[in-house]
Amino acid sequence: MKTKFTSTVLAFTGLIVLTAYLSGCGSSGGNNNHELLNVSYDPTRELYEELNKQFVASYAKETGQEINVKQSHGGSAAQARAVLDGLEADIVTLALPSDTDVLAKKGLIDPDWEKRLPNESLPYYSTIVFVVRKGNPKNIKDWPDLIEGEVSIITPNPKTSGNGKLSFLAAWGAVIKRGGSEQAARDYVTNLYKRVPVLDSGARGATTTFVQKNLGDVQITWENEAHYEIEEAKGQLEIIYPPISIKAEPKVALVDANVKKKGTQAAAEAYLKYLYTAEAQETFAKYYYRPSQEDVLKKYTERLPPIDLFSISSFAESWNAAQQKFFAADGVFDSIYLPKN
Amino acid sequence: MEPKPQEPAVLVPARSVRQDPWYVRWILISSALLLVVFLVLVPLINVFCQALADGPGVYWAYLIKDANTRHAIGLTLIVAPIAVIMNLVFGVAAAWAIARFRFKGRTLLVTLIDLPFSISPVVAGLLFIVLFGREGYLGPWLQAHDIKIIFATPGLILATAFVTLPFVARELIPVMEAIGPEEELAATSLGATGWQMFWKVTVPNIKWGILYGVILCNARAMGEFGAVNVVSGRIIGQTDTLPLRVEKLFQDKPSASYAVASVLTLLALVTIVLKAILESKTHSPSSDGPLQEVALRE
Amino acid sequence: MGYSIASTCLRIDDYVYGEPGLCLANQIQYELLMASVNPRVLPGYRLSLGYTMFYMSLLVLIPLAGIYLKSFTITWSEFLKAAWTPRAIAAYKLTFGASVTAAGANIFIGLLLAWVLVRYDFPLKRFFDALIDLPFALPTAVAGLVYSTLYAENGWYGRFLAPLGIEGNNTRLGIVLVLIFTGMPFVVRTVQPVLESLDVEVEEAATTLGASRFQVFLHIIWPTLMPATLTGFALAFARALGEYGSVIFIAGNRAGETEIAPILVMNRLLELDDSGKLAAIAIAVVLLTVSFLMLAFINLLEWWSKRRGA
Repeated sequence: MKTKFTSTVLAFTGLIVLTAYLSGCGSSGGNNNHELLNVSYDPTRELYEELNKQFVASYAKETGQEINVKQSHGGSAAQARAVLDGLEADIVTLALPSDTDVLAKKGLIDPDWEKRLPNESLPYYSTIVFVVRKGNPKNIKDWPDLIEGEVSIITPNPKTSGNGKLSFLAAWGAVIKRGGSEQAARDYVTNLYKRVPVLDSGARGATTTFVQKNLGDVQITWENEAHYEIEEAKGQLEIIYPPISIKAEPKVALVDANVKKKGTQAAAEAYLKYLYTAEAQETFAKYYYRPSQEDVLKKYTERLPPIDLFSISSFAESWNAAQQKFFAADGVFDSIYLPKN
Repeated sequence: MEPKPQEPAVLVPARSVRQDPWYVRWILISSALLLVVFLVLVPLINVFCQALADGPGVYWAYLIKDANTRHAIGLTLIVAPIAVIMNLVFGVAAAWAIARFRFKGRTLLVTLIDLPFSISPVVAGLLFIVLFGREGYLGPWLQAHDIKIIFATPGLILATAFVTLPFVARELIPVMEAIGPEEELAATSLGATGWQMFWKVTVPNIKWGILYGVILCNARAMGEFGAVNVVSGRIIGQTDTLPLRVEKLFQDKPSASYAVASVLTLLALVTIVLKAILESKTHSPSSDGPLQEVALRE
Repeated sequence: MGYSIASTCLRIDDYVYGEPGLCLANQIQYELLMASVNPRVLPGYRLSLGYTMFYMSLLVLIPLAGIYLKSFTITWSEFLKAAWTPRAIAAYKLTFGASVTAAGANIFIGLLLAWVLVRYDFPLKRFFDALIDLPFALPTAVAGLVYSTLYAENGWYGRFLAPLGIEGNNTRLGIVLVLIFTGMPFVVRTVQPVLESLDVEVEEAATTLGASRFQVFLHIIWPTLMPATLTGFALAFARALGEYGSVIFIAGNRAGETEIAPILVMNRLLELDDSGKLAAIAIAVVLLTVSFLMLAFINLLEWWSKRRGA
């Protein structure tokens, strides 16, 4: 009798503690109304640290309210996966619109999300460039140079990383844009990915491999990431702008399902609107992203030299179509990258 | 007859009269030492060298000034102890059931307890996502009640508790089996109630085993990376534990990463020192009895 | 890793004080028989077993059931298609291959270390003995971090190995090295107690009868050590199979070469479509089942070695 009593007491206490803890944590993180979660791709860490500070100040001035913006960073696809699995992002700022569209397909974002913000939800755009060792010993100037001789290339995994996908698409597009056939493009990327010894899961990981672990002759990466590396490397690395590259479109979106649930819609909308203000546009340029507003971009031609950018539509119907064709299971990437046995 | 003089309570056999030839000895010893030096000691030293490469002042700054690192330290200090306590209670209960009783399915239970030890952490994390994720079995119910498990602290605790589940139990089962139930039987037959027997007889006997298991469990809990990585959501300043912070810093600022890594390494060193002390205590003649040292060797 | 009651009883005989000939052993064995037949002799059966099952269900059984259930939602052929692709097979081969290699290397390393620690004396012995536990206590992320730095081209080891053409980072060699590190304590710690409790008199007898040192090792020492070595090997192997935190720092993730199975699970998950998620679940189920079978095997090994040892 005594053991029955004790065991019931214990079980009951345990249950109470557990429930209290869980419900406590459910509404933790401060007040939901005053906190936003921005789920972003890998290299934008420094950018959003700065932007968030600015936004918090501006929001306080306009509405008199305190707000806190939390960040999560990782490979673009990994982040989309997390949001799908329940990470309660108020805002997603991912590397490819196809990643964001997955959320729309699953009902987390309105299907017309792209039209809700100016410039098809594109406050800034970017591109893919090369980083080489000091003196450019392998003389890499353009896309065809990447498959010359013994060049070894560092770029992330196209299955998981925005940078990875864009490197692939830029390489593919470079061939098509110059008049090559689809087969020629296929052969080119097959050759290219044979020379990649490591497939990191995100842009930052690839940077670590190239810079810290000192692997590879050239890194194919985001323009902003390349500049960041050059600054840190103090002369040991150089940036090379190929004559043509892809126009990357990291579109931004509000996650309707989450903001409705958390009651943060107004704040999230304010955040996204903020990204189009002059202040934010200048910050983009400062961190080597290309602001959508032409007049701001014109002021920074040294940092952001003009480059011939082709859009995704030069070789695919849309970002979604490209995702399906190249990166889905058994897509082009899978077929050229199978293990060798 | 005289009682047998108490031998030192150590089971190491006396040195053999015929030693191995000295050159054999020295070859073996030096190869062993070299292995340990290159595999263990040098990496250990490397952590601290890299951490202090920028100077001790900067090292301190990385640990204390960075709010996100401070938060990671705090988060780890919440998540790990809770997981350890959960597994401690479980470990004692399981060891009692398994060591003292025989029942159908006992071996299966032991195998199941060991399972988390050999599951890849990625798979472990996936287990929880399939259950608690938005698209998981319990997802909609959790969403409706605004209970956050994964991508929040409870998920971190669950993942950590899962991967460190076997440690205390696996430590206590052989201990309790080796000690044997005689004392407890004696206590019960003398009229002690269950709880009296537990606190006054069982616990003192297994206290070193408990301590040992808790130390190992804690070391693993504080250092867990894989499973936590999958369920954490990587929210900076919110769901980044110390090992996750090490990875993030490695990508952003390697010397800061080493600073944080050195904290975890110090913790590991403290763990093995404590373990060594515990072992020497149980081998000393003043320990609780001849049965102890049989039990406490893994 | 447990000790049978029978062998302990024999030892109690040696250490009895007071009344000579009063062997508690018989009485104890009787009581134990009673305890095993009648679970109510000792209190707490229902409470402890009940709580154990409750906790296990919550933390282990329900999540496992969840994932197995989910895997049943796809047909057998789809399951095979997901879990048995060339890429998956390459990943299994690498994971199992690297784990076997590392655990195998640890047999030799572990035996050597255990022998040296038990049989010989040398300065700083306690220090080195304690160091051996470091891989066990060190967080996997730190281990991976340190190893990848050491073996980088400008690292403390890399600068010697690179000119020789030995690449540590992003190669299978690197993965095996880091797995050797994480598995090192297992063989050592399972063999050490057995080695310590070896009866020296048997060895001495054999030597006086003319056996060479090597013969003594092969025919007397090794048979006793073998079960423990096997257990240690199996533990190191199981640990290596599940190892992730350190390997990702050093592995190159190159499909077919350095992509270990857990990373493959991650990659499939990140295809972001339902088929990717189901594929990841299928592979995870394969890994889980293999882990479970491995463990059942280890427990069988332990049972067998106890039988031989008692």
